[in-house]
Amino acid sequence: MAAHALFRAEDTRFEVDVDPLIEALRAVLPGEGLIVHESGRRAYECDGLAAYKQLPLLVAVPETVEQIQAVLRLCHEAGVPVVTRGAGTSLSGGALPHPQGLLLALGKFNRVKSIDPERRIARIEPGVRNLAISEAAAPYGLYYAPDPSSQIACTIGGNVGENAGGVHCLKYGLTVHNVLSVNMLTMDGEFTTIGSEALDNPGLDLLALLHGSEGMLGVITEVTVKLLPNPLTKQVLMASFDDVEKGGHAVADIIARGIIPGGLEMMDGAAIQAAEDFVQAGYDTDAAAILICELDGSASEVEDQMAVVRACLDDHGASRIQVAADDEEKARFWAGRKAAFPAVGRLSPDYYCMDGTIPRRQLATVLRRISELSAEEGLETVNVFHAGDGNLHPLIMFDGNQPGQLEAAERVGSRILQLCVEVGGTVTGEHGVGIEKINEMCVQFASAEIEQFHAIKNAFDPAGLLNPGKAIPTLNRCAEFGRLHVHNGELPHPELERL
Amino acid sequence: MTDQERTEALQAQVAEAAGSGRALRVVGSGSKDFYGNPVEGQPLELASHRGVINYQPTELVLTARAGTPLEEIQPLLADNGQWLAFDPPRFDGPGTLGGAVAAGLSGPGRPYNGAVRDMVLGMRLINGRAEVMRFGGEVMKNVAGYDVSRLNTGALGTLGAILEVSVKVLPKPEATATLALERPATDCRACSEEWVRGGRPVTGVAHDGEQLRVRLAGTPSAVDDAVKGIGGEVMNPAEADTFWSSLRDHQHPFFQKSDRPVWRLSLPPGADPKPFGGDQFVDWGGQQVWLTGDVDPTVLRQQAADAGGSATLFRGQMADLGAFPPLDAVKTRLHAALKDAFDPERIFNPGRLYPETKEH
Repeated sequence: MAAHALFRAEDTRFEVDVDPLIEALRAVLPGEGLIVHESGRRAYECDGLAAYKQLPLLVAVPETVEQIQAVLRLCHEAGVPVVTRGAGTSLSGGALPHPQGLLLALGKFNRVKSIDPERRIARIEPGVRNLAISEAAAPYGLYYAPDPSSQIACTIGGNVGENAGGVHCLKYGLTVHNVLSVNMLTMDGEFTTIGSEALDNPGLDLLALLHGSEGMLGVITEVTVKLLPNPLTKQVLMASFDDVEKGGHAVADIIARGIIPGGLEMMDGAAIQAAEDFVQAGYDTDAAAILICELDGSASEVEDQMAVVRACLDDHGASRIQVAADDEEKARFWAGRKAAFPAVGRLSPDYYCMDGTIPRRQLATVLRRISELSAEEGLETVNVFHAGDGNLHPLIMFDGNQPGQLEAAERVGSRILQLCVEVGGTVTGEHGVGIEKINEMCVQFASAEIEQFHAIKNAFDPAGLLNPGKAIPTLNRCAEFGRLHVHNGELPHPELERL
Repeated sequence: MTDQERTEALQAQVAEAAGSGRALRVVGSGSKDFYGNPVEGQPLELASHRGVINYQPTELVLTARAGTPLEEIQPLLADNGQWLAFDPPRFDGPGTLGGAVAAGLSGPGRPYNGAVRDMVLGMRLINGRAEVMRFGGEVMKNVAGYDVSRLNTGALGTLGAILEVSVKVLPKPEATATLALERPATDCRACSEEWVRGGRPVTGVAHDGEQLRVRLAGTPSAVDDAVKGIGGEVMNPAEADTFWSSLRDHQHPFFQKSDRPVWRLSLPPGADPKPFGGDQFVDWGGQQVWLTGDVDPTVLRQQAADAGGSATLFRGQMADLGAFPPLDAVKTRLHAALKDAFDPERIFNPGRLYPETKEH
């Protein structure tokens, strides 16, 4: 269980008469489409943030858009909350069920509807796995760029909801940069298409607004994405540093010299050791930090860029530079990074993955503070870092069976996120707020901003039925959380009583 | 006047307008006043709210006040080998960063380098309740809260007045070259696609009705290879610069030759605009087409919609015709509800994007 209450009273204000609801839903969801029995619902009680569990009131597993529409209409009429779920890989509890609500599981929407290789466009259902898009496009020499580390399991609908990133987003963008349009149902069951196959659309950019909206504004029933041609050439190099700070400077300087690498990842000493023990990627375990840099493009472009990057790494005192000789070695260099999370999982019974983004120049300071904050609670933290875009994933190691350790890990996590805000960053780069970071939102935003978010939510879902209690805190929650952001010496929520 | 005082003066003007229900017309340098539906209202001047606040070349981020002229930002970036890769049009005036973001328009490199909305990382704005708010930030990845910054990009000031913007800046390619080819306009898409797939550093494919031009920008050897591989005539660099900037800013004779309305078609890849008629200047590798001439607006809008795109009346006004094509019922409802969410008294640029009814 999580160390604190998940939902607040205002998040569970709904009055649901479950028997007539079941009867009405049965009429639109035949057979296995509606899960009422507790053992069936139990399978959906958590997502990737497994410390947080909540049994949903009901689970719907529709197979057609018409069924989703009918379910939404019924829930809208009855005032029943709806939480949409793809593969349930959210690391922030975005798909955590609501105790009074229906969990809308879209796993059956797993068809790639069309691939247009000429125009490089794919139309897919929301439950299609991220990696399955690139697999479907591969015969045409194409791929879908955003590649979150959960790409083998996570679905495109969830990727839109979280605006998922990955290791290649500095150059190729996040989900929002790669989606052309979505089909959406509003909470009252109205259908619309947002975006098109063109490069822009008349009116407000609703497509951008939906990205990262965590299932709070509508239910996505289809996604159209752009595909990219496979790069003609790819080179991967790995540099060791005896000091994290030197690695940080090298990252800044690669960019200052005009190179935007396809991928630029950093791991600290503890992460290197954990990964090496796990997958034997040939990492330099004497290093305090390693930097993995992938360059892609035409052969001449990659050659030019390699020369610049090598010179830069030398100038910043890299103790060792290895260039992958062939595809096998490229894959091996990446394997350690991609296995970093499970590798840490072998070191510690539990770990808690954070997701702050910081200005890169603050890296050394932030890593030092993270180590101090962890030590204060008697814990250790391992760091992997999307260095190119400043997105940090500290993995706080703890043992959930030891009394007090989960609470200690959550305290360290919360303080790390506040540190990210203090140095000019954000509490979440790509994992979303969900329920996990909802308190920390009070640190990042002032009352007027939080109220503006609620007003946006209200524009789409006036009854507040989609994913209640997630993503945007109520002002009462912020007052109770107590650690408030202070803008220019003014308290951000002056109208509230301090508890 | 300090920055704080200027912000407070703007807030006071907004509060006064909200109290009396009088409309405000948000004004930067006025370079894009022609764009969108006409707005009546007291000017809310942002041009004096200017200056770069933070620029960190290695972070690839620049934050500046909305009224900062583009011509102040561009040399600063150039000194560090960087640029605004969305290459915002300036048209007839100096243009401001806030105006570029509010208009949401991108230059000829858009399909290859990204759009304004792709580069906006955060902003500070005043809403219709005269509240100053900050969304997003100066980091590349940020999913805390709804993406208000991108929602306001291209909103034409209808949700609030942008005070500051943080944008992603990119390294300016080291080498560039433009080739002119004797190919028809209908080849834009196929050529663009062939070159992109061939790894050519393409950053523009346009056709002025006579020749197809391709701009290449990247590392010197990649540009050299592409020049040899693609063929055609290498344009003189000064003439090439003029060609692309005159297309971006509508100084090209195509845009100057008449006072007929100018239409902007935004199209899916591979759409053929030829049957739409009029005189056409094809940009964005075939996905943005500028069109002038005697065309029936209703027919044109329908043709564009049937092709999966849209037709905007970009310059010039026509009786009973909005600048932007109408939206479906759900999106119309969402637009009105979002307007209310930001600007309940409907004082900011009312009607500039879509006509609004006052009752709500």
